[in-house]
Amino acid sequence: MTKDQCDYLPSASWPVLRLRATLLRTLREFFHQHGFLEVETPILSADVVVDRHLEPFLVDFATGAGTRRMWLQTSPEFGMKRLLAAGGVAIYQVTRAFRQAEQGPRHNPEFTIVEWYRRGDGPDEAMRFLAELCEVLLGLAPAERLSYQAAFERHVGVDPHTADVARLEEVARGRGLSPPASMDAEDRDLWLDFLLVEFVEPRLGQDRPVILYDYPASQAALAHVRPGPPAMAERFELYVAGIELANGYHELLDASVLRQRNRTNNATRRAEGKPSLPEASRLLAAMDHGLPACAGVALGFDRVVMLAAGAASLDEVLAFPFDRA
Amino acid sequence: MPSYSTSEFKKGLKVQLDGDPYLMIECNFVKPGKGNALYKCKLRNLLRNTVLERTYKGGDSLEAADITEIAAQYLYRQGEMFIFMDNISYEQFELTSAQVDDAWKYIKEGTICNMVLFNGNPISVTPPNHMVLRIEYCEPAVRGNTATNLTKPVKLETGATMLCPAFVDIGDLIKLDTRTGEYIERAKE
Repeated sequence: MTKDQCDYLPSASWPVLRLRATLLRTLREFFHQHGFLEVETPILSADVVVDRHLEPFLVDFATGAGTRRMWLQTSPEFGMKRLLAAGGVAIYQVTRAFRQAEQGPRHNPEFTIVEWYRRGDGPDEAMRFLAELCEVLLGLAPAERLSYQAAFERHVGVDPHTADVARLEEVARGRGLSPPASMDAEDRDLWLDFLLVEFVEPRLGQDRPVILYDYPASQAALAHVRPGPPAMAERFELYVAGIELANGYHELLDASVLRQRNRTNNATRRAEGKPSLPEASRLLAAMDHGLPACAGVALGFDRVVMLAAGAASLDEVLAFPFDRA
Repeated sequence: MPSYSTSEFKKGLKVQLDGDPYLMIECNFVKPGKGNALYKCKLRNLLRNTVLERTYKGGDSLEAADITEIAAQYLYRQGEMFIFMDNISYEQFELTSAQVDDAWKYIKEGTICNMVLFNGNPISVTPPNHMVLRIEYCEPAVRGNTATNLTKPVKLETGATMLCPAFVDIGDLIKLDTRTGEYIERAKE
């Protein structure tokens, strides 16, 4: 049979699907034991994260009198923060998120995301909790914490907070890389991403899990920025065997800062030929009302299963990946 | 020539870089955290057989390489040149021994090969996976020994030497796998 003829079959084996179910049960039990409440928020929403690098799926909702633009969530962040603003204390959710154009061995455009928030947590508590969950799910040694700066100094030999683009390019070429000709000399974050992908990420979490923390302020997304110098985004990411598993924020609380970031992101999106996304949202209304100090983390569940199963690609852990969906 | 953008990148794509044809043998989509979409690719140079690692940024594109494959019949050898003919257009092509590579070991007059053309010029030939060739010379057969693990070198009608079981003899026809260069079985006329 050819590939097309058998694409009605699941691409994951039954032992892996059973492992997946076991991990999900372990995960829910872990959150339950730590006093988290499982919540559900809409997957399809009128609001959407305005990010330079995230492309949401647009869905037209037929109202009878026309259509309304809705978006499939790229993460459940908005709904969960609205619940926190309305009195939520420790909440988690296991849901699906959707991102356009993200497909590969470690990306499926539709994926299972586990996201949680806890009122009062700072970066330290949030990283400790994430490390503990990682131990319980994957049975690995405790995660090591490594700052973004230390990781760059160790694996690239530059300070990511002070090096300019010329210096980053010099390092890349000096180590035998040929950066794409389209790399913008003004876009420092792109150069940092390039070096991160080439030299840092593949070396992270090889002996034991690593939590990378304190990102450049320009890569804050929805994280709080701690004043400097240098100012740092209170963001962290968990890596196991070179694979990014989770992303966490000490959450941004100031609605006016988020409004400003939305404007900047939309301007960049337009300059790159991408559609603008709605800047107003019920999240901003909730933040105006008051979001309590908290930390939030999102975990890519499919990748956790992939690592636990020793699989090389997500297709091996998804019953029906995107091309069979 | 058309070009491929990163969203079309996949294993098996034939692209052109600095004038050389390349085969994309690996393409991994990577996207650090909340960052840029990048594509880490491995490309094999189809002329030199070297492997190049390159990373591209979402939205980049690569020029497609004009690569075609044809069925070509091996006609004869003239010194260091091997002469082939396109089975449909009857156009003749001269290939150097470097371009023919190991294929010379398995082809004889009339063998139909798969030929790869870049911008209309031949760059490589691949013989059929299985070939039946006559043994031109070998030490006498060991009678009664039918074991295939006892081997001896034999010289084929193409001039190439290979290992065969000890029971084969001069004039025998043998079937072999051209991908591995290994003996499969004795063949009939």
